[in-house]
Amino acid sequence: MSSGTYDVSVTVNGERHQRAVEPRLLLSDFLRHDLGLTGTHVGCEHGVCGACTVLLDGEPVRSCILLAVQADGHAVTTVEGLAPGPESLHPLQEAFWECHGLQCGFCTPGFLMTLVPFLEENPDPSELEIRQALSGNLCRCTGYQHIVDSVLLAAAKGREAKQS
Amino acid sequence: MKPAPFEYQAPDSLEAALDVLARHGGDAKVLAGGQSLIPVLNFRLAQPALLVDLNKLAELSFIRRGEDGGLRIGAMTRHRSLERDPLVREAAPLLAETVPWIAHPQIRNRGTAGGSLAHADPAAELPAIAVALRARFLLRKAGGERWVTAADFFQGLFTTALEPEELLVEIALPPMPERTGWSFQEIARRHGDYATVGIAAQVTLEEDGRCREARLVYLSVGQTPVEARAAAALLAGTDLGPEAVRAAAETASREEMNPTGDVHATPEFKRHLARVLTGRALRSAAERARQGRS
Repeated sequence: MSSGTYDVSVTVNGERHQRAVEPRLLLSDFLRHDLGLTGTHVGCEHGVCGACTVLLDGEPVRSCILLAVQADGHAVTTVEGLAPGPESLHPLQEAFWECHGLQCGFCTPGFLMTLVPFLEENPDPSELEIRQALSGNLCRCTGYQHIVDSVLLAAAKGREAKQS
Repeated sequence: MKPAPFEYQAPDSLEAALDVLARHGGDAKVLAGGQSLIPVLNFRLAQPALLVDLNKLAELSFIRRGEDGGLRIGAMTRHRSLERDPLVREAAPLLAETVPWIAHPQIRNRGTAGGSLAHADPAAELPAIAVALRARFLLRKAGGERWVTAADFFQGLFTTALEPEELLVEIALPPMPERTGWSFQEIARRHGDYATVGIAAQVTLEEDGRCREARLVYLSVGQTPVEARAAAALLAGTDLGPEAVRAAAETASREEMNPTGDVHATPEFKRHLARVLTGRALRSAAERARQGRS
């Protein structure tokens, strides 16, 4: 046992990364500083604002209250991993764009990473369900209405796509 | 780096974890879901020398039927698993109803049953539910184990019966009696935030429909989960009608809790909320118990 570093191997957006990290390194800082994936934003850094939400093995978690060593052997998806390619957006990103679901955009990655798995589990959510689903994410610009509109639009388009 | 430096160990068996705690208990902090501990580390309000991470202990993550017909829950079971498991809905519907009130989905994906109980935040939902359901906790240490009732476990603000070298490993819920109804009610400023006031209620009826036993346990009104025993005693033998419910709500909110005020609610307002929520919870629980009776 030493206070040195620990070798971790984390698959991020499908790509495996190996690093030696201090145990006190937060997953959010590992993603941003060690891997250069600055799409994951840090706001409060104590698990309140939701800006740093990423997927750990497909489930949304707050990366600022998770240690990088705890992601060893697991798969992480960040906002950089959402779009299918450099020229296209994820359908929920499209909907945010169309409905003005962001203003300054700081909170947006956290909202997206919270709501993508939510929509996969609930393809036809009510407005109340959406508001409860995003209750763990803070936005200081839009007042949430346009974010809710975006989710409703993405859900409607998702159902259309399935039918056709 | 936000947290101060610490040593880190992630044992891959319960025995190994207990061994680490036997050697380092006083200097070590146990990391379960980390949803309360890591914020505290980030603020450097705690600077443990060693963090013992339990996340590799798959043996502590389970939900199964107990031999007595109740429910057994491993300490590392995540809130999300409790939320989704059909056995929880069947065997402990009060718990199933409450879990969606625990924080936000991102938190429920990581937070654990044992972690929430061992943290013993009086504003958290699970400690109150554990008291209401007469849960017992299995505490283990190297070379020994003991069972402790939820009522004895919670000793004060963030303070439990756990010794430094002990680990909470399992939660046992007794089977729910027949003709029993339940309700969880909570007021929070935003869904998922800590409750301003919350209540877990359970009532069991006699065959003739009168109340055999009522349990009323509150969160966010004291240093631990607060059980209103005098109010519950007033309900025994009654038909759980409006008069009985009103009397119990008055007694519980006036005489059996000592809430402290905060920026969002004065003590008087918290008592008011407790009174209103007691009425709602008892009406709902009684209705469910009557439906289950037929």
